[in-house]
Amino acid sequence: MRHSIRIAVGPVQFRIGSDWAAPIAALERLYAGYPQDDARPAEATVRLFAARPWRRWVRPSVHIGGDFVVPDALPLPLSMGLLAAEMGMNLQVALGWRRHMLLHASAVARDGRALIMSGESGSGKSTLAALLGEDEWRLMGDEFTLIDPVGGDAFAFPRAVSLKNEAIAAVAGRVDAARLGPLMAGTPKGDIRHLIPRADAIAAMHEPARPALLLFPRFGGGTAIEPMGEGEVFVRLTEASTNYVALGEAGFAALTRLVRETPAFGISYPDSATGIALVEQLWAETLK
Amino acid sequence: MPDPAYRAAPPGALRVEPLGELTAIFDRRSMQTHLVVSPMPEILAALGAGDCDAATLTARLAESFDLGGADDATPIVAERLGELAAMGLVARA
Repeated sequence: MRHSIRIAVGPVQFRIGSDWAAPIAALERLYAGYPQDDARPAEATVRLFAARPWRRWVRPSVHIGGDFVVPDALPLPLSMGLLAAEMGMNLQVALGWRRHMLLHASAVARDGRALIMSGESGSGKSTLAALLGEDEWRLMGDEFTLIDPVGGDAFAFPRAVSLKNEAIAAVAGRVDAARLGPLMAGTPKGDIRHLIPRADAIAAMHEPARPALLLFPRFGGGTAIEPMGEGEVFVRLTEASTNYVALGEAGFAALTRLVRETPAFGISYPDSATGIALVEQLWAETLK
Repeated sequence: MPDPAYRAAPPGALRVEPLGELTAIFDRRSMQTHLVVSPMPEILAALGAGDCDAATLTARLAESFDLGGADDATPIVAERLGELAAMGLVARA
């Protein structure tokens, strides 16, 4: 790879290589505040390479590669190299990480306790985490939450937050423009703009937090709170975990413990302000 | 054809964790997770007392549970045993 960068996000050391300078330059800007230890061996490698050598010059498109390859990964135009890098990083962690149980969930922490939010794309879990992270919460991550299979603590994976579509305006108005990446319009996932987490969240990214509340948000529709039974939470989280099966009994033990020890609710909300209010209400009720 | 006899999984093969209305069972041999509801956990526990057929197992269950008129419970228990065998959680003795 002609251009490369090493970035530590939570416990994962990435090496990202690219045939082009632009995606690496964009990553250098987004991840300037993260540890960049060039001597530490990489645990996940992402390569953005040209499909054919000559394609680097003619109508370039970025292909995602790395330790694991999804055969039908979308070839993305070079202008979306940053998105390709993000997708590659997600892919390597989702498929390769074994040290923790990985939940496809956002998380924020307060007073050493974690609020974990799991949901499909579009549920609002990312936006809620980003907005809470601008308040009195520490942003732990907008995409993945890592659970220590031995102790049960949650660990952060605070990559640059991937704001999509309406969430861009909802968050952009509240933060310093220097913390926003370039607007990438019309990607396969819609409009995307990255938000650099607050410096205190990056500085605290190795600090564990005890899971205290599990929420399954659903954006749209009326305001509702629905307590969720242990069995349903277990099923949903096995579906939300990318490495539950690979972890074997350690994953089973970690998940049963998390489900038993953590109160869980489904919430639906018509707008972000209501969503935040529901989160604060449930947090106060759960921890009193 | 007489009712087949069944055998419980060897000690330590299954990790059984009740989770509210569901019971999660991790099979250490296959590394598979099974999610079951009542009466599956009760049947597994009762079979742990020794190999037996559905009629004997129904009698064992009736000692601890109200089966609501025991005359028609044996075919149901036999069917559940067949399902547990298909999941690999019990075996033909």
